[in-house]
Amino acid sequence: MNDKTNITLTINGRDHAIAVEPRRTLADAIREDCGQTGTHIGCEHGICGACTVIVDGEPVRSCLMFAVQAAGKTIRTVEGLAKDDKLHPMQQAFMDHHGLQCGFCTPGFLMLAVGVLEREPDISDDDLLDVLSSSLCRCTGYQGIIKAVRAAAIEMRGK
Amino acid sequence: MTAPAKFVGRSVPRLEDRPLLTGQGRFAADISFPGQWTMRVVRSSAAHGVITSIDASAALALPGVHAVWTAADVAHIPPIPFRLTGLKALEPYRQPVLAKDIVRYVGEPVAVVFAQDQYVAEDAADLVEIGIEQQQALMHATDEPGAYTEDLNTEPSVVRKSYGDIDAAFRNAHAVVAFELSIGRHTGVPMETRGAIARYDQARDILEMHGAAKVPHWNRDALAQMLGRTRDSVQLYEGHVGGGFGIRGEIYPEDVLVCAAALKFKKPIKWIEDRREHLIAANHSRQQQHKVRAAIDAQGHILGIDDEFFHDNGAYMRTHAATVPDLAAAMLPGPYVVPAYRAVGHIRLTNKTPCGTYRAPGRYESTFVRERLLDAIAAKVGVDKVEIRRRNLIGKAAMPYTLGLETLGTHIVYDSGDYAKLLDKALDAADWKNLWLQLLKRRAAGEKVGCGVAMFVEKSGLGPFDTVRVEVKADGAVEVITGVASIGQGVETVVAQICADALGVDYAGIRVIHGQTDRIDKGMGAFASRVTVMCGEATRLAATKLRDKALNHAAQLMQTKADALDIVNGEVVRIGGGASMPLGEVARSLPDGLSAEDTFESAHMVYPYGVHVAAVRVDAETGGVTIERYVMAYDIGKAVNPKLVEGQIAGGLAQGIGGALLEEFLYDEAGEPLSVTFADYLMPTAREVPESTILITEDAPSPLNPLGLKGAGEGGANPVGAVIASAIDDALGRPGAITELPVTPQRLRTILNGAAG
Repeated sequence: MNDKTNITLTINGRDHAIAVEPRRTLADAIREDCGQTGTHIGCEHGICGACTVIVDGEPVRSCLMFAVQAAGKTIRTVEGLAKDDKLHPMQQAFMDHHGLQCGFCTPGFLMLAVGVLEREPDISDDDLLDVLSSSLCRCTGYQGIIKAVRAAAIEMRGK
Repeated sequence: MTAPAKFVGRSVPRLEDRPLLTGQGRFAADISFPGQWTMRVVRSSAAHGVITSIDASAALALPGVHAVWTAADVAHIPPIPFRLTGLKALEPYRQPVLAKDIVRYVGEPVAVVFAQDQYVAEDAADLVEIGIEQQQALMHATDEPGAYTEDLNTEPSVVRKSYGDIDAAFRNAHAVVAFELSIGRHTGVPMETRGAIARYDQARDILEMHGAAKVPHWNRDALAQMLGRTRDSVQLYEGHVGGGFGIRGEIYPEDVLVCAAALKFKKPIKWIEDRREHLIAANHSRQQQHKVRAAIDAQGHILGIDDEFFHDNGAYMRTHAATVPDLAAAMLPGPYVVPAYRAVGHIRLTNKTPCGTYRAPGRYESTFVRERLLDAIAAKVGVDKVEIRRRNLIGKAAMPYTLGLETLGTHIVYDSGDYAKLLDKALDAADWKNLWLQLLKRRAAGEKVGCGVAMFVEKSGLGPFDTVRVEVKADGAVEVITGVASIGQGVETVVAQICADALGVDYAGIRVIHGQTDRIDKGMGAFASRVTVMCGEATRLAATKLRDKALNHAAQLMQTKADALDIVNGEVVRIGGGASMPLGEVARSLPDGLSAEDTFESAHMVYPYGVHVAAVRVDAETGGVTIERYVMAYDIGKAVNPKLVEGQIAGGLAQGIGGALLEEFLYDEAGEPLSVTFADYLMPTAREVPESTILITEDAPSPLNPLGLKGAGEGGANPVGAVIASAIDDALGRPGAITELPVTPQRLRTILNGAAG
């Protein structure tokens, strides 16, 4: 049926040579073809943000990008945040501030926040709230997430 | 020797977090088996009609498609049974796993496609042609009941609850206040959609279902019965669960279909719902219309409440049967003295998605109704909304308070509470007097700002039992095995904290096993804010038993008496110093190992209670509502982990705000759902949920369990619609203006324009 294209996805510094249909989403390719299931799919139309990953330094919704569009680009997912056993400051802050309950939206929030803060370390609290309001969480009521991201922002600026 | 760490009552970090933060969670979609087939459901596009034809030939011709099923292929499977509040009269209204002859809502499963992967399955599903001869859709529960079948109409049953002489109350009333009120259709909408993966292991003759949640043991038994298997040959496995809120984990048609197909095709069958499906196929909730009136005396004391309501249950009666209307009727009186009461709840079916429970089921609805009444009584008598509540509250001395109603198979007896004290604390936390004065000034300056207060009684800790087994392994590791489930709320941490204190070990080393039917024979699952209360106490009992066992055996080994020993950080030690022995060594020296099991039984629920205070600003131009201040006070008897309790309450608030201001499943008159994506079903974001003040109090421990526990899950959501309505009324300066939730900008503009005109 549909022809497949050979591409290489570079995820967290590791190359994955895969064959995908042109219509295959990046989210599906990351999860199904590359086996990195930390990236979650919550709505498949770019609203909930659970599937957010960082592509060439920008947070993107991987359900709205085709896998073939990400070939040759640098992709970072939640699996790449911790270094060995040491959690990324953002992960640690989510733990410290009860920024997660069920944990389904968490990888998307982590990648969104890390991506934005790396690009814009001095972002104002209000702009940060705007950024965070682009993803959905159904458990926490957001207060723990906001506290965690603000705390991690301070920590990340210090580095 | 150091004193044992005390874990209960401390906000220790969650044991659950690390895998979830590092992308190592195992949610339903993360589970795959070699050779699996993907299932895709073909759903009805009509709200009501007769199926005239199903043509799957084009779908079957597509490469990669293995099979297509219709009702004929599952004719041997009975409809989905009731789990709670099942009434005989409701049985003919149960949902079949695939529609046979008639479709009753848009989204109803009509056929399923099995294919090599999701992409092919979706292509194939689009090719299945279903002929439907459309019939008139019944869209309003308040319309006259229509025909359901030849013999049955769309009102399967009426919930009736009453006590006292209601007619006398109204005869003797100084005044009567009356309202017509409605609550919009909305639901839990967890971020993870539903999913189920079934696998049949021929070698062991075991059917496995992965992706289970909430009530795995009950579902195991029900699935076994539906599929004609013994219960021991069906096992359910809960992985990580991306939010529950009442709706996830009930048996749905798709769960039965993956299991039946795994048995038939001898292939692992995987089904993962997409978001559009979720919004039209998973349980909806909440939609009710109430005609309520209260009889009062000259001081505003309630003499009686008389409520008739219409509960829109959608197209079928699902697993919850009459639970939601039953709870709405049973919990309406709340924290007030209501000498006479009558509720008549019409369970009505319509051509919309079927309904079930959603966080604070029935209470979100009837708290809105009751608290609207209290505000109206205040206006009628000319006292403020705090004073009218004070006058009517049940006093501390009246506890335990027998309400005279039953629900969920239990008599409602408020076990403990000091409602007036909590009201004072909440008002202090909100700095109510200053808040009131400031808002008054701002209103005088032309702003539309106002504040509201709402009170409620929750219920939690539903029995009848929970069993827990605690084991110390040969290497000293401690395992707690329970039949409850985790839906993301922090069960593992809380159960470990309780076990740690009772046993004398560190909570962080305890492994809590839940939701695995092959690890423990019985279990009640996670619903009705029951886990911490029921499983918590069962854990304490089992761990205490284990401790006694360990000490008695160690006493023999150490040639001393058991009461000369203690367990500290996993070591049996002599009180006062001397030799010690690790628990693992005690376990190794026992021929049957070191374990203990115990069961906590409870015939009554426990009743936490709360007060919410809100201040809002209304934008007259847009009809938008901004929440400026929000205070929640909740007495839960004993908080095992205060931070997690706060998390529950904050999360409940967000969902409550959704139902109060934003979320609503809308339909057109033909029954076409209009809220099928997150672009049209609006859930609160970080912008809409205000920073809140949460006050957890422990003034009224439950007398029904030794730790005094009450559940935390639902008090954040319960009164949000009520308090927001109260605050908007105040902002508009029009008591009783808000009669319908959600208060969308459109509705509020209509109210504002009405006032102008």
